[in-house]
Amino acid sequence: MTQDMITTDILIIGAGPTGLFTVFEAGLLKLKCHIIDALAQPGGQCSELYPKKPIYDIPGFPEVLAGDLVDNLMKQIEPFQPGFTLGERAQTIDKQEDGSFIVTTSKGTKHHAKVVAIAGGLGSFEPRKPAIEGIEKYEDKGLVYMIKDPEVYRDKKVVIAGGGDSALDWSIFLADVAAEVTLVHRREEFRGALDSVEKVQDLVDENKIRLVTPAEILDIKGDDKVESVLLQHNDEAKRMEVIECDAFIPLFGLAPKLGPIADWGLEIEKNAIKVDNTLDYQTNIPGIYAIGDVNTYPGKLKLILCGFHEATLMCQSAYQRIFPDKCYVMKYTTVGGINGFDGSRKEAEKAVVKKIGNH
Amino acid sequence: MEDINITIIDREGKEHKVLAPTDMNMNLMEVCKSYDLPVQAVCGGMAMCATCQCYIISDHDLGERNDDEQAMLWEASYVKDNSRLGCQIPITEDLNGLVIELAPED
Repeated sequence: MTQDMITTDILIIGAGPTGLFTVFEAGLLKLKCHIIDALAQPGGQCSELYPKKPIYDIPGFPEVLAGDLVDNLMKQIEPFQPGFTLGERAQTIDKQEDGSFIVTTSKGTKHHAKVVAIAGGLGSFEPRKPAIEGIEKYEDKGLVYMIKDPEVYRDKKVVIAGGGDSALDWSIFLADVAAEVTLVHRREEFRGALDSVEKVQDLVDENKIRLVTPAEILDIKGDDKVESVLLQHNDEAKRMEVIECDAFIPLFGLAPKLGPIADWGLEIEKNAIKVDNTLDYQTNIPGIYAIGDVNTYPGKLKLILCGFHEATLMCQSAYQRIFPDKCYVMKYTTVGGINGFDGSRKEAEKAVVKKIGNH
Repeated sequence: MEDINITIIDREGKEHKVLAPTDMNMNLMEVCKSYDLPVQAVCGGMAMCATCQCYIISDHDLGERNDDEQAMLWEASYVKDNSRLGCQIPITEDLNGLVIELAPED
């Protein structure tokens, strides 16, 4: 075993609400978690597809924005110090002789865990790529489909393509970071939150973003990295223009694919992983669980609140698997409080027992 | 209210003749799902994923695409003039006899 392998008790695949809440339930059992997600930020669909949409069926929240739910979950699990491998897709799984697993990502990062919990939703979100021949050659050489670390673009010339929230939001953010931001979209209309659209308009008016619409990027040029892109204006003249740049970032949305998990030997039915819903949401491979939208069983409902429940029961089973000889007694958080791995402690304030008299 | 007849052609070219209720606040995507047709409906009906994209084959008048639907279809693949998002099409009695074809997946 190499030194640089990430080790943990429960390896969670998928950083959506179900995956995040698993960290909390595991933490109560003193189990450590690490999360892999193909997206660059936690939250899954909630962050990627509809961060500004309200959800009305989270118990205890009459209304909560999907993005706020993710922020709250991140805050809730913070004491349990989860590790994250973001922007990498879980690729292969190898069961070890001792019953543990090694999961390797698309970028070769290895994770060693006693238990694997697949909370992969509808699968990993794969970016929609523009139809440019030989585009793969430039991937990670100036061409990315999602932004992981915006600092990379400090004082660089960046071309962003797309017409949705992520194209708008990143253009706004990078306007202050990059040397030059060019935003290219096939249409003149953008679809996004009103404040994002207005902010981009302001930045365009202040010449901090160069807006080119309607237009399309047809080609990328450069020897071994992106040096320029070829743009075609969708006007009468179909005018061509070369834009020199260090980075080209097409943000055309993401399409989910169950992906490599489909080849892990798990029993699959209608694009979902079959689990034992009478007990612990374990798959046909002992030690691998599937929770949330990614699993299926009779009566399954793809709801966030169901994912939370499944995560909770799954953690109990994982505990038994990891410590077969230990007897665990469930403690309410109102009784036991929360002991963070960071040494923090949260608990109910003690009531006083004191006589109240007439002097 | 009467159920209406809809024909859905799947991605293998197979025709599925189904009955759809008009009084259950359903849309075309939900009808496909209720008959276990291969529509992923990732976003659940928010016009944000285009996995329910279909082509309208019969000459029913479905009205204009709404703004969200239009914007999503600008970004989606395999979009034709008769492309619509199933999740944005409510089932009404006017749609009796509708024929649609599921668009290819990304």
